[in-house]
Parts: sequence; structure tokens; C-alpha cells
Amino acid sequence: MTKVYLPELGENITKATVSYWFFQEGEKVNEKDDLVELTTDKATFNLPSPCSGRLAQIILHEGDTANVGEVLGILEEG
Amino acid sequence: MEFEAIDLGLIDYRRAEGRQEETFAAIKGRKGRSTLLLCQHHPVITLGRSASINNILVPEKELKKKGIDVFPARRGGDVTYHGPGQLVAYPIFNLDDFRKDIYFFLRTLESAVIEFLAGFGVNAQRCPPLTGVWMDKEKISSIGIGIRNWITFHGVSINIKKDDLGNFQAIRPCGMDIQVTSLESCLGNNIEIDSVKEDLINAFRKVFADPQT
Repeated sequence: MTKVYLPELGENITKATVSYWFFQEGEKVNEKDDLVELTTDKATFNLPSPCSGRLAQIILHEGDTANVGEVLGILEEG
Repeated sequence: MEFEAIDLGLIDYRRAEGRQEETFAAIKGRKGRSTLLLCQHHPVITLGRSASINNILVPEKELKKKGIDVFPARRGGDVTYHGPGQLVAYPIFNLDDFRKDIYFFLRTLESAVIEFLAGFGVNAQRCPPLTGVWMDKEKISSIGIGIRNWITFHGVSINIKKDDLGNFQAIRPCGMDIQVTSLESCLGNNIEIDSVKEDLINAFRKVFADPQT
């Protein structure tokens, strides 16, 4: 299992809003596919998938706020 | 960082999005370099990811009569208006060659606009915590970006012509009750957009070569 974290986005940015998941739970994902879009201040930011596998669980859904370092979802590798 | 600059001229919003996508794909595929796309748009209202439809104040029928399109945009921010009286800059920049820091990139975009306006003797300012560039509490430049694989798209619009400002009344710009202004309004004389494009490119080159916030 691989956890997908909200990474450091820059100075003064401590959180972001989940604005769009590109995949639904259970769907296959390839490494580096756009996995989830987050919105902060005047920017949208696409987080790529860290590995290939299946999106096992979405933890933070569209509209939820994530802090830097928080888990957004879980991938099952393979 | 270094970049090439391309002037797309007066271009349909959707076509400009297509050019951004092509440039992005070239940079991602390591076949292209960071590029600053300059353009002007036909009248269009765009809605960013944080946009509320309530920030469009005029019914769609009326917008159509005025020839104003409405499109969603994969960028941050709320509602904005673009028209031929604005100079729009889309930096499709690979932040691997700059700094992977969204906050720093937004501040550097503001610095580029402030530098550009300073060249005309216009002392524009930031208004933290808001993003954008202001002239005496009136907004002269809006910013909204997207980032994929740490490559930026969308960008900056600067109001140049004062005659085009009327269409801002159709929206609550950036979701706020604010007034907008233009370079012509600040200077009190006529500015031809073509004549200032090189100044904007030079401002971007200066600021991105030596960024400070």
C-alpha cells in the first residue's frame, strides 16, 4: 500500500482544497498519471500518482481541506 | 531562468488553451523549452476552480448579445474577464528550472507586472493577502495559474485600454466587490497594446533572471 500525501507546495502554503479526483476508488492508475487536483490561493496543482496500481481508497474528497503532509488517498501497487 | 517568448496576437480563448497544452506537452516531453505566450482575447468570462456562478451578474442571454463567451478554466481563482483591451501572459514555465514553490512563483508573477508598470512611471502595489496587482485600491492585474508536473499554465492579465473596462461590470471580479483600472486610466493617455508587448517580455526576463519577493 502506498499513501498519497499532500507534498510541500511552497513557502506560506500550509493547506489546499481537494478540487478533483481524476480516478474513482477501484480504478487502475499508472505512475505519473494526474491523480488528484488541489486548489490553493490562485493556483490549481495536479498531484501525479507515485506508482502504478489501483486507487484503493480516497480519504479526502472533493471540497475537503488537506494540510501539507496529510494523506489524501491510498494506492494498492501492482 | 530563461524562456522564449511568442506573441499569439488576438486569439480565441479556446485556441489559446490549445497552444498552452501543446507547449506544456513539448516541455514535459523534453522537446520544448519554457515559453511565455502573450495574447489578447475576444471578450470572454472565465471561471476558475474556486468560482461561484453567482459572481456572473448578467444573464447568459445578455452576455451572448454582447458577444461575451463564458468558459471554465483549469486554473485557481474565481471569475475574471478578458477582452481585447487586456494584455494576457501565459508563462508555460518548467519550475524544475526555477523553484518548486507555488507561493514564490505567484509573487514573482506579481513582481513582473509591477516591474512592467514601473517602466511607465506607474507605481503599482501588491495587496496581501490578496493575489494580484493594484493601483490605489483598484485592480489592474489578475493572476490565476495551474500547475501539472511542476510546469505552469494560465497566468496573468493586465488591463491596458480603459474602454474595455466596462465589461467587468458583468462580473464580481475574483469574487470580490472591487473596482478595476487600466494603464491608460493611470497615465491619462492612449496606449497601443502592440507597443508595450516587448516591455512586458523584458520585465518577465528581468524578474525571472533575478527573482526577489
